[in-house]
Amino acid sequence: MCHAHREFGRVVVAAIPMVLVAILLIAGCPQKPQESTPPAQPTTGPGATGAGPAKAAPPGGATVIQAKGSDTLLQVAQALAEEYQTQHPELEMSVTGGGSGTGFQALIEGTTDIADASRKIKDEETQAAKAKGIEPVEHLVGYDGIAVIVNKANPLKQITIEQLSDLFVGQTKDWRALGGTGEVVLVSRDSTSGTYEYFREHVIQKGDKDSPRDFAASAVMAPSTTQIRDQVAQTKTAIGYIGLGYLDDTVKAVPIVDKAGKAVLPSIATVRDGTYPISRPLFMYTKQGVAPALQAYLDWIVGPEGQRIVEQEGFVPLTK
Amino acid sequence: MRRLRRLWEKLIEGAIRVSGVAAIVFVALILGFLLKDALPVLRTTTLGELLVGHEWRPTATEPQFGFLPLILGSLLVTVGALAIAIPLSVACATFLAEVAPRGVRDLVKPVVELLAAIPSVVFGFVGLVVIGTALQKAAVSTSEAVPGPEWLKAALNMPTGMAAITGALMLALMTLPTIVTISEDALAAVPRSYREGSLALGATRWQTIVGVTLPAAKSGIIAAVMLGIGRAVGETMTVLMVTGNAPVIPSLTSGLFRPVRTMTATIAAEMGETAHQTPHYHALFMLGALLLLTTFAVNTAADVVMRRGKHVERR
Repeated sequence: MCHAHREFGRVVVAAIPMVLVAILLIAGCPQKPQESTPPAQPTTGPGATGAGPAKAAPPGGATVIQAKGSDTLLQVAQALAEEYQTQHPELEMSVTGGGSGTGFQALIEGTTDIADASRKIKDEETQAAKAKGIEPVEHLVGYDGIAVIVNKANPLKQITIEQLSDLFVGQTKDWRALGGTGEVVLVSRDSTSGTYEYFREHVIQKGDKDSPRDFAASAVMAPSTTQIRDQVAQTKTAIGYIGLGYLDDTVKAVPIVDKAGKAVLPSIATVRDGTYPISRPLFMYTKQGVAPALQAYLDWIVGPEGQRIVEQEGFVPLTK
Repeated sequence: MRRLRRLWEKLIEGAIRVSGVAAIVFVALILGFLLKDALPVLRTTTLGELLVGHEWRPTATEPQFGFLPLILGSLLVTVGALAIAIPLSVACATFLAEVAPRGVRDLVKPVVELLAAIPSVVFGFVGLVVIGTALQKAAVSTSEAVPGPEWLKAALNMPTGMAAITGALMLALMTLPTIVTISEDALAAVPRSYREGSLALGATRWQTIVGVTLPAAKSGIIAAVMLGIGRAVGETMTVLMVTGNAPVIPSLTSGLFRPVRTMTATIAAEMGETAHQTPHYHALFMLGALLLLTTFAVNTAADVVMRRGKHVERR
């Protein structure tokens, strides 16, 4: 056996994984946005850009409608999806959370049909979407109040937006300034959350987007809203903020003092008539030009049946 | 017939070689992809600024990408975990290898290995719901009861159960099986002649364990500890759930009992929403590259220590 054979064998053996990897790389390289298999009917919607609608399998398979994004909307999105699916068994509905930011990312990358959002889309996100040929369309699906919660042992009776802002930027570190005792523990969502963004803009920055004020670095960042609620329920000196739909009797909601000086408790009624100062619209974003199946779902959501579910989950339905 | 057998063997040998080389290729590729998306962050800031920066505020109006709170957070939780885990695991390994009767050993060893099989999210859940609240209650009553200066009381106090020490405790439980298993193997590998020689010279069993067996197994135990370090530094889900994720520089007196944020939790929490190819995106990749290089360094060190140990034994 001469050495040349062995050397050649070694080269071949070393080359095989390289070749495999090269194939994987080429296959995985980003290509032009793929057209999914066209559905049986033409896409509707004015100025449809022709990009992939709700993923449709060839006739005989189930149509999948995928929603991703806001944790605030997660429960109501799931409830809506479940109800709609029982009425339309030919569809497959899928709902995941991750935060409004995650939903927008997924919409831009084309991995979701609906982006659930508890805030408006940011300019950078719109630009990123347009750069990929996607025109985001906003659908208003309801309203939500953000309840400021404290532990049930906390004697706090009411609070103003200024006081909240000072608390959450870390200026007020002790409850003594507000008639209580102990070191303030701030519990917040993490930065993927639309609730976090909304709270920062409208409470911490008091509505001024260019304000340098920001959450205190010492604020605990919980990965989910239920964790905020549980932490506040367990920790005597904690204060946090959750969507109205998550409010229950393990925590105490603090009335917010509105511009007229009146302290308002968060509830469906006060959010609907606009008296509760920290309320926000809830959205579902899609591409422009969606398949009829998806459009029908969106229409159903803003219709009486969908809105009834929105209200059941603790959110404020669109005024009829 | 023989030629066929030869060919078959060559084929299998080749397939195994391919797998070996493929492993190296995959690791190199991962490092390459990480660096490809990490290096662009150096366009807007220097590596020094990143490593020493005090503030991690990636979504602020003026984004700041300081790694220091995250690095220190990971360090605090890891060191805390090891401080708990090392004495416990080495003692456990010694017990299993030297002291335990066969029946006890056959029971305890699989149970310790079972700890390694528990998913990290379960540790996170238990840490959050059970350990965190228990620790907080204990800390609050201790800080109230202990006489002494204000700073001591404040240091011992735990305003919330989501703190570095909760993370350290859960991580200690997770690294325990790693260190125990490898240390126990190292101890079992010490030649009988060492023990017999020591006992023949009149030493007691304990003196033998402490003076002869443990030092002989030292390199294996150190290697085990380093692998434990690697595991602790890279753990994500547990620390994401229990440490509170507050990007602060841990204070010297009370940092252990306050929320911190680790590098792994930062990547896990923020990667999902970050728009691709933004400075935040690149900063997160740089953080990931830093993590990978740390685990590389630790694993390489463990390897060197283990090899040196084997070399010594051959004498």
